[in-house]
Amino acid sequence: MATREETPLDQEVYDGTLAAELAKGTDRRVAEGRARAAAVRAYRKVHGEPEREAKPPASREAAPAAPPAEGNGGGAPAAVPAAAAAAVAYAPPPAAAVRTAPPPTGRAPSPKVGAPDKHRLLALVAPEGIQRVEREQGDRINVFPHLLMEEFIALLVITVFVTIFSTFVNAPLRELANPNLTPNPSKAPWYFLGLQELLRYFHPMIAGVIIPTLILVGLTAIPYVDRNPSTRPGDRKLVITLFTMLFMFGATLTIIGSFFRGPGFNWVWPWSQGLFFDL
Amino acid sequence: MPRLPSPGEALDKVRETEVWKSVFRPGSIFRKGYKDTQRDRALATMNNVLYHLHPVKIKRHGLKLTYTFCLGGLSFFLFVLLTVTGIYLMFFYRPAATLGGAQAYNDMLTIRSGVYFGDLVRNIHRWAAHLMVLSVTLHMARVFYTGAYKPPREFNWVVGVILLFLTLGLSFTGYLLPWDQLSIWAVTVGTNLAGYSPLIANQARFILLGGLEVGPETLLRWYVLHVLALPFVLVLFLSVHFWRIRKDGGISGPM
Repeated sequence: MATREETPLDQEVYDGTLAAELAKGTDRRVAEGRARAAAVRAYRKVHGEPEREAKPPASREAAPAAPPAEGNGGGAPAAVPAAAAAAVAYAPPPAAAVRTAPPPTGRAPSPKVGAPDKHRLLALVAPEGIQRVEREQGDRINVFPHLLMEEFIALLVITVFVTIFSTFVNAPLRELANPNLTPNPSKAPWYFLGLQELLRYFHPMIAGVIIPTLILVGLTAIPYVDRNPSTRPGDRKLVITLFTMLFMFGATLTIIGSFFRGPGFNWVWPWSQGLFFDL
Repeated sequence: MPRLPSPGEALDKVRETEVWKSVFRPGSIFRKGYKDTQRDRALATMNNVLYHLHPVKIKRHGLKLTYTFCLGGLSFFLFVLLTVTGIYLMFFYRPAATLGGAQAYNDMLTIRSGVYFGDLVRNIHRWAAHLMVLSVTLHMARVFYTGAYKPPREFNWVVGVILLFLTLGLSFTGYLLPWDQLSIWAVTVGTNLAGYSPLIANQARFILLGGLEVGPETLLRWYVLHVLALPFVLVLFLSVHFWRIRKDGGISGPM
């Protein structure tokens, strides 16, 4: 660090300025600083810029980004080097465990020869104030064309499939609705046939109200009940088993209600007694 | 006489016009000077209405067909297909079934025999509807098995359950519209299930049917639900569903 003793100054100017400042009633500390600044400027005016290489190398290394402040236009002379040091190497209190910025790597810029030897402090940012955003970039691909092409092909496939199927298979249309003539069997649409099948076994209150309500509430609550964060099937054996059982239970009931129920909603074997099923 | 421009030159001229450039934003593949570069691929999504659906980039595993089986997308495609075919059918169908005549049923017969592509469009509408119920159900199963309902996607699962029940509602209301023996008795059986609910049983059923049993009032009521009310609600929830996919960090996984 540059000290007062190292800085050459014009003693005559120093004494004159100090006397003038003190005569104005300026505080002694401030007056000394102004006198010192004036003296340094006067010295430089006479002798030209001081040789930078003549400075002790230790001070350069300690503060590479901020050359020693040499009374740059006022301020308490003793405080200036201290402030410069604080600006350059902010040392957080040792009690707090914080990250410190790594030392600059590569070639640190050195000031131009002949440039005014001063710096400006823009801001002090404590390391805790910097939030590091660490996002995995990962293996990412452009939506266009890769995903859009896949979606477009899926759209074409499903459209072609439905169109061709519809060309050859007609949707059912029976005779005009007649409220006085109940067909036998009367079946709900296929997605309700599981419930209709349940009605064979349970009281309507249970099969028609309680179980559907439980299914609706249970499905909605799944993410709030299953708090296991893992998505690996090996970690989720219980929930996968439960869900599969429920799903298969519903599918089985629906298949039975669709294909194995005939007149009077009684059991039939579809391969011998025929299908009683309309979509 | 000046030489006529070749088709290629004429197209280039058109693509340089202000009108063309105002329609296709920078990065569009229809704009002159599109290059197959990272930048133009990104712009193609970013400067496009699709940017509301898709981000510029996604995880590579999102392309894997055996992860999603495209089921959510297929459900949406089917919904679009059903909307298009449904609009066509609406031109030829009146939801009237007063006691004397049966306008709705007669319109069905006309659609089958006297309307260009009427039979085909009706078939597509019917089969796509059943397929949509199936694909939405399977989509739910896929989301369960991949654990895609886990945080932060819990609420999107709830929206999905609502969408599943809206899909069932759309399918069920549409089931009545042909006004044949199949539809009114299926609906009678289906709504009898609702009639068992406690306390509000008969009121709920009465509101649903517009009467004590399935009749002309039910047809009109369910028609309005089918073509207007339920699709409107479905589109609202669909928007939230898609929006949440992006806000929750895109597609889940990989496992």
